[in-house]
Amino acid sequence: MTARALINVPAKARRGEIIEIKTLIAHPMETGFRVGLNGALIARDIITTFRCTYNGEEIFRADFSPAIAANPFLTFFTVATVTGTIELQWEGDNGLSATESAPITVE
Amino acid sequence: MTDDRAKKSATRRDFLAGTARLAAGITLVSVAATKSSRATPATMQAAIRKVVGAAPVRKGKIMIDVPPLVENGNTVPVTITVDSPMTATEYVKSIHLFNEKNPQPNVIGVHLGPRAGKAALSTRIKLADAQKIVAVAQLNDGSFWSDDADVIVTIAACVEDLQ
Repeated sequence: MTARALINVPAKARRGEIIEIKTLIAHPMETGFRVGLNGALIARDIITTFRCTYNGEEIFRADFSPAIAANPFLTFFTVATVTGTIELQWEGDNGLSATESAPITVE
Repeated sequence: MTDDRAKKSATRRDFLAGTARLAAGITLVSVAATKSSRATPATMQAAIRKVVGAAPVRKGKIMIDVPPLVENGNTVPVTITVDSPMTATEYVKSIHLFNEKNPQPNVIGVHLGPRAGKAALSTRIKLADAQKIVAVAQLNDGSFWSDDADVIVTIAACVEDLQ
């Protein structure tokens, strides 16, 4: 199962510059506490982990709970060190796995 | 005749007692259900203790930026900033956010390091009720810092039904 993700990573940065990474992924984030039309609980379906790697090295990780709003939006910062790839990875219930990557040029 | 009446009243008494017991039972069950479906300030404290252990939690260094009054609890924008130089010797290791009245006390836990450059994050959360949210940051020296914010929510999230 995949989900559509939007990411915003600056294409260019100066060495040592602090850059902001913005992420948004289309996902219902069903809490598992809501009652459906048939009176039964709707099964939990959330994104549980988000990970960001910079040239393979983990720089940021987040553990989500059902209290994160639908279509999880997350922004954070990192220092632009070398030219390379920033990879973002989401994992969740029902085998959800989504990966997005963006190249970054550091001058 | 007297016997008959006694029998009748006994049945009525039984019926009334039975109804009362049933009502009491239902109340108990519903109280138990409400208790288990919502976090409380105590469960939030327990969740915080699970993260920090026995270490003292001091106020300061961390700041929650959240609107004090939100209309829709389904998407509440939250920004957490920690005052730290984020160098190799002094940085924030993790930031956790907790709530008092959602079904579960945890909201988000993030792990970062000196490569973050700036210890800050923004996200959108769900809040089931007007409540207090607490953010806790762990620095690399092992100290914990916290901040709290009160949010009034007019339309609750998380527990609403589709019926």
